[in-house]
Amino acid sequence: MFEIVNKVRLNPGVTMMDIYAPPVARKAQAGQFIILRAEADGERIPLTVAGCDPQRGTVKIIFQIAGGTTLRLDNKNAGDCLPDFVGPLGCPTETDGIKKACVAGGGVGCAIALPVARKLASCGAQVDSVTGFRNKDAVILEREFSACSKKLFVMTDDGSYGKKGLVTAPIKEELESGTRYDRIFAIGPLVMMKAVVETARPYGIPVTVSMNPIMIDGTGMCGGCRLTVGGKTRFACVDGPDFDGYEVDFDEAAARLSAYRDFELAEREKCCNLFKKEIYR
Amino acid sequence: MKTCKTQMPVRDPEERARDFGEVALGYTEELAVAEAQRCLNCKNRPCVEGCPVNVSIPEFISKMVKRDFEGAYNIISENSSLPAVCGRVCPQETQCESKCTLGIKFEPVAIGRLERFAADFHNAASPAEPEYPQFNGHKVAVVGSGPSGLSCAGELAKLGYGVTVFEALHIAGGVLVYGIPEFRLPKEIVARETKRLEAHGVTIKTNTVIGKTFTVDELFEEGYEAVFIGSGAGLPNFMGIPGENLKGVYSANEFLTRVNLMKAYEKDAQTPVMRAKNVAVVGGGNVAMDAARTALRLGAESVRIVYRRSMEELPARKEEVEHAREEGVIFDLLRNPVEICGYLNPADPRDPANGFVRALKLIKCELGEPDEKGRRRPVEIAGSEYETEADCVIMAIGTSPNPLIKNTTSGLEVNRRGGIVVEEKTGKTSREGVFAGGDAVTGAATVILAMGAGKTAAKAIDGYIRSKVQKR
Ligand SMILES: Cc1cc2nc3c(=O)[nH]c(=O)nc-3n(C[C@H](O)[C@H](O)[C@H](O)COP(=O)(O)OP(=O)(O)OC[C@H]3O[C@@H](n4cnc5c(N)ncnc54)[C@H](O)[C@@H]3O)c2cc1C
Ligand SMILES: Cc1cc2nc3c(=O)[nH]c(=O)nc-3n(C[C@H](O)[C@H](O)[C@H](O)COP(=O)(O)OP(=O)(O)OC[C@H]3O[C@@H](n4cnc5c(N)ncnc54)[C@H](O)[C@@H]3O)c2cc1C
Ligand code: FES
Repeated sequence: MFEIVNKVRLNPGVTMMDIYAPPVARKAQAGQFIILRAEADGERIPLTVAGCDPQRGTVKIIFQIAGGTTLRLDNKNAGDCLPDFVGPLGCPTETDGIKKACVAGGGVGCAIALPVARKLASCGAQVDSVTGFRNKDAVILEREFSACSKKLFVMTDDGSYGKKGLVTAPIKEELESGTRYDRIFAIGPLVMMKAVVETARPYGIPVTVSMNPIMIDGTGMCGGCRLTVGGKTRFACVDGPDFDGYEVDFDEAAARLSAYRDFELAEREKCCNLFKKEIYR
Repeated sequence: MKTCKTQMPVRDPEERARDFGEVALGYTEELAVAEAQRCLNCKNRPCVEGCPVNVSIPEFISKMVKRDFEGAYNIISENSSLPAVCGRVCPQETQCESKCTLGIKFEPVAIGRLERFAADFHNAASPAEPEYPQFNGHKVAVVGSGPSGLSCAGELAKLGYGVTVFEALHIAGGVLVYGIPEFRLPKEIVARETKRLEAHGVTIKTNTVIGKTFTVDELFEEGYEAVFIGSGAGLPNFMGIPGENLKGVYSANEFLTRVNLMKAYEKDAQTPVMRAKNVAVVGGGNVAMDAARTALRLGAESVRIVYRRSMEELPARKEEVEHAREEGVIFDLLRNPVEICGYLNPADPRDPANGFVRALKLIKCELGEPDEKGRRRPVEIAGSEYETEADCVIMAIGTSPNPLIKNTTSGLEVNRRGGIVVEEKTGKTSREGVFAGGDAVTGAATVILAMGAGKTAAKAIDGYIRSKVQKR
């Protein structure tokens, strides 16, 4: 069993937890993920390692309350235990040789982007970060990002906080004004990552994206997480989750994410009723 | 003497094809004795040759004639650690039963059914387990809890070793829990085996991926003196034809994992699986049969097996093919898929049906010259393509080794295909103290071979650790 040692609501729809799992805490690197089940008989869902404390043996996860399993997970409190928690899975994010980078996070994708920004900064790279949210209430991790970034741009869709606009706006401005990043890391919804790739394309700047297909085992056994990358079938759980943004077939990935829409809606409704909660959008 | 096997009671096809309860009910005592009496007890024991782990078949059968079922069980367990499993899933028709003297003129003795009866009898009686020796002070790590890992762990525990089994998934059992369905192998049987091991002091650590959570080197640093790798067959293959990533296309591993491991067939399941109307399963092995019969049980109206050779070459166990036919699975033989066609509503890009499978395009084949294995090669007939309606396509066309352990273990040699290279008689790999067996070595094979490899390696590990102790 894996104890929840700490739980914090970052905003109405995003929760952070520290889970006691010493072997994972000792090993996990930026870009890797874990798979957990919130209860026995529960679904296996992947969440990125948002940080870890090897001394205390804890692993940080930050998740958007999106449906059945994340509602069940959010319903747990410090002191409760998770039946299953396995990792670290996937390949760590490649940051070797990068001197100047831009890290862009969209929504809860910022939780995944933060360890990447931190790792880059700790290797001596200069990091500009761009985080994007729907509105002021959704903004998370601002302090953490500013601590490891040379410049931080916080964007909101409605302009209720930071600047109004998409994450691509400041990236475009920087590129237009002559900033030459060695690489851009884009982590968030598929449309956002695709937009970052298109923004970087005219300047030929490499873009790493972090893919989030539906997974089960996370060890390469089932092939459910497959994507088309550079015309080839790749398994995100073992070959990724990071891929070259120019090579990913985003449209196919988006289609595959909706394979179980009706089931998910029913589960979500069931859990919302059960826990007397609404999904914050 | 009866010329045919004593029939084993099975559930009515109409009824059983709608639920996940076990299909074959097993012999009664009377039926078991009647079948046991058919055995000629031949001197040269050809059946024993046919068994990959050389169970003393005529000996256990003669115990059954005398109604000493526990005695029969004890004889089987000298060579097999999973009789209740093997009695249900071994391809007896190509192993022991294929060598049976009776089989030359008549039907062979139903050795598998007798084995199953002896094991079920033993389990129902649940007699006291033999005492295992005290911990001998030596720790061994086993990677993977499939039949190879479980049998290796069991043998080592019998010798007094402190064994820890590391399993990536949340339940132990390997393919026995995530692959082979409940209606063919009740999960309770597998759970009993893992509980028995735990009762004998074997530690099973689930949620642990070797190569990720710990490396093999770290296991040695932790004080394990030897490591057995039984990590299974690996990643599912796809054909590389257009449309394979449409919604509604599964690998058999994914489809079966959703249903068996995640229990997606249960009413309140939290893991989804598609409930399709018309299912096509590509492949002809046990995996394909299991996927097809599972799809039926999820409520499909039509399920077809698409296989590029003919009935004769179909590699699945004969009994499963029979059962599948009785249940209404259609066999589209001498067909090869060329494309999976998706639905796209030109008028409405937001139509929720867009991107799902609509049909499977097949090409007809004929059999040509035999290949190096002697199986006749399928040759596509030009211009014979046609579409068959399908909203779900399941690919059961084999697996390729998972490179995870190889990539994180220095000095571990693999062959061109990626299988771990071992010395056959011992399971020894190129890395000192590391042994391997089962599908990770041979590629997808059988439960009995995996089990045998686990036992062989256990003996070799015992020898290895003893010789190290002597040198000290
Ligand atoms: C490698 C990886 C890392 C991730 N890291 C994070 C993270 O750090 N924080 C975070 O909030 N989310 C993360 N996700 C997404 C997260 O796994 C899903 O939001 C979660 O599974 C939703 O489950 P649910 O039952 O609550 O919602 P559902 O209603 O089941 O699903 C909501 C949406 O999530 C997606 N989804 C559903 N099931 C799965 C599944 N088994 N695996 C992946 N996606 C699924 C689907 O697109 C679905 O439309 C990550 C996904 C991947 C693949
Ligand atoms: C659907 C299906 C039907 C079958 N039907 C039959 C049949 O009727 N008769 C028959 O004889 N055979 C059958 N087989 C084949 C048989 O099941 C296999 O040959 C056998 O299970 C192989 O055993 P194994 O111990 O080598 O590996 P597996 O049973 O594959 O077990 C390997 C285990 O190792 C775990 N693992 C993998 N990597 C790691 C890692 N890095 N760290 C920790 N754990 C890891 C896996 O999660 C898994 O639990 C079938 C197979 C399938 C898929
Ligand atoms: S999640 Fe099963 S192969 Fe990646």
